[in-house]
This record gives sequence, structure tokens and C-alpha cells, in this order.
Amino acid sequence: MKKYWREGEPMVWATGAALTLTLMIAATLIIVVMVNGLGVFWPKNLTLVTLKSGSRVLGEVVQREATASGEGERLQFKIGNRDLYGLDFRWVDEADFEKTELPEAAMVLERQEYGNFYGMLQSVSAPGFEASSSQALEQLMEQVAIKKQGLEEFTEKINDLNRRTSKLEHQKQILFHDDPQKNQDAIAALDRQVEALRGEFEHLVNRQTEAAVELHHYTATFSDVNGTQKTMQATEIVRYYQPNTMNVFEKGLLYLARVVELFIDDPRESNTEGGLFPAIFGTVMLIFLMSLFSFPLGVIAAVYLREYAKDGTAVRLVRIAVNNLAGIPSIVYGIFGLGFFVYGIGSGIDQIFFPERLPTPTFGTGGILWASLTLALLTVPVVIVATEEALGAIPTGIREGSLALGSTKFQALVRILLPMASPGIMTGLILAMARAAGEVAPLMITGVVKLAPALPLDGTFPFLHLDRKFMHLGFHIYDIAFQSPNVEAAKPMVYVTTLLLVLIVLLMSSVAIHLRNKMKKRYTYGTF
Amino acid sequence: MNEQPNAGAAPVIDAQKVNFYYGNSQALHHISLSFPRRQVTALIGPSGCGKSTFLRCLNRMNDLVDGARVEGKILLGDIDINSSAMDVIELRRRVGMVFQKSNPFPKSIYENVIYGLRIAGVRDKATLDEAVEHSLKGAALWDEVKDRLQESALGMSGGQQQRLCIARAIAVNPEVILMDEPCSALDPKSTARVEELIGELRQDYTIIIVTHNMQQAARVSDHTAFLYEGLLVEYGLTKKIFMKPKNKKTEDYITGRFG
Repeated sequence: MKKYWREGEPMVWATGAALTLTLMIAATLIIVVMVNGLGVFWPKNLTLVTLKSGSRVLGEVVQREATASGEGERLQFKIGNRDLYGLDFRWVDEADFEKTELPEAAMVLERQEYGNFYGMLQSVSAPGFEASSSQALEQLMEQVAIKKQGLEEFTEKINDLNRRTSKLEHQKQILFHDDPQKNQDAIAALDRQVEALRGEFEHLVNRQTEAAVELHHYTATFSDVNGTQKTMQATEIVRYYQPNTMNVFEKGLLYLARVVELFIDDPRESNTEGGLFPAIFGTVMLIFLMSLFSFPLGVIAAVYLREYAKDGTAVRLVRIAVNNLAGIPSIVYGIFGLGFFVYGIGSGIDQIFFPERLPTPTFGTGGILWASLTLALLTVPVVIVATEEALGAIPTGIREGSLALGSTKFQALVRILLPMASPGIMTGLILAMARAAGEVAPLMITGVVKLAPALPLDGTFPFLHLDRKFMHLGFHIYDIAFQSPNVEAAKPMVYVTTLLLVLIVLLMSSVAIHLRNKMKKRYTYGTF
Repeated sequence: MNEQPNAGAAPVIDAQKVNFYYGNSQALHHISLSFPRRQVTALIGPSGCGKSTFLRCLNRMNDLVDGARVEGKILLGDIDINSSAMDVIELRRRVGMVFQKSNPFPKSIYENVIYGLRIAGVRDKATLDEAVEHSLKGAALWDEVKDRLQESALGMSGGQQQRLCIARAIAVNPEVILMDEPCSALDPKSTARVEELIGELRQDYTIIIVTHNMQQAARVSDHTAFLYEGLLVEYGLTKKIFMKPKNKKTEDYITGRFG
């Protein structure tokens, strides 16, 4: 028995158990997210239930559970048609079922507004065209798609005009700010130009409206399961399909199409449907910018601390302080970022470079620059600690070897020490990136928004708009899970967004880990 | 070996009354030693006697130690290496060093050899190529590695790595090479090769070697200095020191009665 304790058998068991517990918790989290997230886009069959009371229910079966009384089960249906019923979901006791079927004609419509519609096609109507077959719907949608493209061309032209107008307005603001009296003539000239553009603008808007109105005549009428008719404009319909007639392959294609849509489309229905592209873009760009700031800052600070600062009480205090920075709640960083970057530096920039726009702030409000700087501040201790450790782990012999050959301290650092420390530094960067990707609280007050009108990187000069607000997957999760008007309908999107965020972190980390392994190989053994 | 220390041609390095302190504790007491050109001088003595410390004074490696302080004069040619007239970079280029533990950089063999030249700003490819061949031949390593110059130096054996470090040191063409127990981490075969190499290098370079190994000191050196507790006890021709030591301490140490 004594031997048993001396060999530390229980301790070994305890270590194993602790690891297992940790892994199980993490695995459970990932599995829950994967199971719920991956299934969201798979087209489910539409079940038609006739109840004993005579009324009928059509929808996707979402879940089933035991009834409160403990007898039998009840099923939750997603019945959609929010515009008709007000609710997307309905619980039905299985005991009330009269008949269950999978009608082939049942159709799912994904719409721009009001969520899904479940029902049957009644008729299709276009100028000089009337039919009731699903082929007709197909033709209608094709025509509408072509017309929509024409509409988009108008939109682009209008956007272009808007940009030109706002540029002129901005020039006017500058002149006005400078001296309204002296620049009177120039301002008047600008006014005339704006006026000309405005005329063009109105002309374009009229034509666009005409085209849009024409599109209004392309409609399709559907009926819900209880016979209520609903006529919809074709432009409202994003996608339609009859899941009960589709085989696995067709469903697979639809699944893929929806996944692609997730990656490239903008969100709709207050973010609960549609794609996540702006949020994905914002997240990746935020992490990238954060790394750009925190990586050099952290490495350089650590180099000073380890290589140049004289070891003593001061350095030790700084080191303790840096380590403790990691323990400060991230919201505190957020508040600091808001006060220091946004209101301090941002307002300063506005006063110096954009005085003509005041009181409308340019940089003096939350934006991706300030958010990434705040996150950089948050993650810089991680980089410092990792770099310091990596530099400290290099044997003194290497340092002395370089100095003994007549190198300066700086040459040794750049040519030998930093390359040798690079795998360790990369580890720090990976940790920093993972930490930054998961932060939401500081972003909420430094520039993240529910819906950003434009990306922080686009085709208009100067291409990189660091003052713009942005969308973020982490904030997106919070937003649709807790701030959405229809939480139940948004639930699938929460899982999908979570899964995506985890995937992005995983992807960025694997790239970094791959790089680190390459460096490790290069600086420890093997060939070049 | 027919030359008395301090006699004949001017010494390369002339240390005069060197005191050395680590903080408040004195590690070297009034050491005066001069090293004749193109000869091998061995520094021997028990652990902690200050021989490595003294060696590291000669290229100012002790500058790196916090609280280290040197007194006295160490002349390289006729310049005091601790004075402002001597640039430490220049000093280390003229006085090369090989360490106890081989310390190749995680670079290719080629880059390792030319490291000293690169940091000195040499860019010409032909010069570098020539330096690599010359140095590796000088370190008796050329035949073994000439086909894999671009491979990592970390893939070499311990003995090869130490000879690479010697090649690296001679690539910058120093006047003096300091060796701090260069064979203590090597097997007998590699040790023999390095010793052989020292014998060849003495034709072109002044070598100062610290060693714990009496036989090695006897084999490779022309002169031997025996240090004990920070003091220079005896200095003279290796033959004399080993055959007829004047000092009792020296005799006891050489015959293995302590140390």
C-alpha cells in the first residue's frame, strides 16, 4: 500500500482524469455546435398533419419531446408564414394527429422578408402571362433575375452619383470652413455642379422606380395549408423548392448552394437569415489588423526587456505588470479604447484633418482601426511574454559565439537570436490571435455594429477605410441570439455563426502553426 | 619550443598586472602574462582558478557579465584593449574564440563559416567562396563537408561542429585564437583531430588554450601557465613546467595530487 502511494499511482490517475474531463467538456461544446450548425442548411421534408379537430399543419419537424403530462409526445413544427400567422413555430400533441403525409406539391419559399413560406403554388402572373405550373414559376423567376440585373445597374449608377455628390459636398464643406466670404464664387460653382448631379440623380431614380414598378407585376400566388391565399412579388422570393420530391443528391446541391450563400451573401431579416460575408470579412480583417499592430509592438518591447534593459527591480516590476495585464477584464480595455483612441486620438485627428466635417465625426467615432488597436493592446502582453521566453531559451553560447566573431549586439539579435526565437514568437501570436478572435465586449464600444453599410475594404478610393464601422461574427452571435426580435427563428443561425467563428480561428491558427513548424524545422534540425 | 616567454619578438598579447572582479569578489590577482606570436600557450589549473575568466578578458567577453570589472593593462600590439582606443568589435575580430561547447548557428555550413565576414559587410561572392574553402581546409573539414555546404550545420557530428566553430573563427583571419576547453565535450577520436588541427594552426595563428587535461596541455602547447586561486603560479616552456616544475603547487597539480 505504501508503495502504491509512493509511486504516485492516484496522482497519475488524477492527472488523467483531469485531462479527460477538460477534453470532454471541450468536445461536448464542439459537438453540440457541429451537430446543430452543420444540419441547418439541409433541406428538411415538409410534413402535413391533419389534426382530429380538422385543422391542418404544414411545416418542418424541428424537435419532439414528452408532453407535460408524461403521456405520448409532442412535436414542434416550424410553420413559417410569419406574415399570416405571426409565429414561426407551433407545438402539436401527437395524440391529436389524425393523419400524417408528405405532399409532393408542398413548397418552401425563402423570402427577403417574413422568413420562410410553406404552402402550395396556386398561380403565376406576369404582364401578358398567366399560368399555374411550377415550370411557369421557374420561367418567371428567370425573367425576374434578368430584370433584377438591370435594376442593379441602376443602383450602381446611383451609388456612383452619390459618391460624386458627397465628394463635391465635402469640397464645399472645406471651402466653407476655410472662409465662406472669400470662397463665395467657388462654393456657388460647386453648388451648380451638385445641382446638375442632382438632376441626373432624380432622372436615374425615376427610371429605377419605373423598372421596379414594372417588376411588381411579376407575382406568384400561393396558398397556405388551410387555403389562405397570399400573392407575392417575385422579387421577394430568394429561393423556392419542393423538398418532398427531392432526392439526396438534389438536397446535397441545395445544401452546398446555401453554404456558398452563407459565405458570400449579405444578411437579411435583421441578420437571422442570409449570408455572413460582411461579418466574416470584418472578423478576419480585425484579427489581421490586430496582429499587424500587436506583433511588432510586442516583439520590440520584449527585445528591449530581455536584451537591453538592465536586469533589476524596475525590469522585474515591468515584467510582473505585463503578466498581470492579461488579467484585466476585456471590457476595461474597451472602455480605455473608447476614451483614449476614439475620443482622444480620434477626435484629435478630426480636429486637425477633417475640421470641415465637424460636428460629424470621421475618426472620432468607433471604427475598425480603433477596435483593432484596442484588441492589440489586449493581446500585446501575450506576445511580449512569449517573445521573452523564446529569447531567454536560446543558449548563451550562441549569443557569445556571435559576439566573439565581432558582431554587435544588434547584429546578433537580427541575424541569429530573432530567427531562433521565431517559433516561440509565432506561438505567442497564435495565442494572441485566438484571444482576439474570441473577444466581443471591447468591440461593442469601439466600432462593431449590427449591420454595416459598407466594408472597411472596397473598390473606392482610398480602398482601405479604417474609420468605418464593421461587423463581427462574435458580436453577430450575441446580436442574433439575444437581441433578435425572433429568437427561436434565429437559433440555427447562432449555431452556424458559432461554427464559422470556430472554423476561422482554427484556420488562422493552423496557418500560423504550419509556419511555426517550418521555422522550427529550420532552426533546430534538418536541412534548408 | 626553443624560445623563452617574454623573450625575442614582441608578444602579441601582453597582460600586465590584471585584476578582475565579479562585483566585490576578486577573481584574478595581478596576472602578468605575455603570449608570443605563433605559439600555443596553455592555461591550466584547477576549477575556479580563473583561467577561463582570464581568457575571456582577452577579447572582453566579460563585458557581458553584469558587475564585471578589469584593472591593469592588456596590450594587443601596443594598444590597451580596455581603453577607448580599441573598438570592441575590432578587438573581437582580431582575437577570435572557440568555446567549450560547440555553438554553430542554425544556418547552413556555408553561412556559419562566413558569418564573421557577413557582419563585417563583405558581400563579394568570390571572396566569400574563397574564405569558406580556405577556412574549412584550415579546420581540416573541407573534405568532409564540401558537398553539403548548404546543409544545416546542426546536422553535423559534435566533433565536426567544433571544427566548424574553429573554421568560423579563422575565416575572419584573426591574430589570436582563444580556445576555452575546446575538447571537453568531444570523444577521444574527435579530440585527437582537434589537437592535430591546433598543431597545424600554430603556424599561422597565436593560440591560447584553456584545458583541464594535462596530457593535452603537454601535447599541444609550447608554453604553459599554471593558475591557482586567481594567481599566476608558474609560467614557462611546457617542457620545463611538466618535467621540472619550480613550484611545489605546480608539481602537485601536474602529478594529480589535487585538482
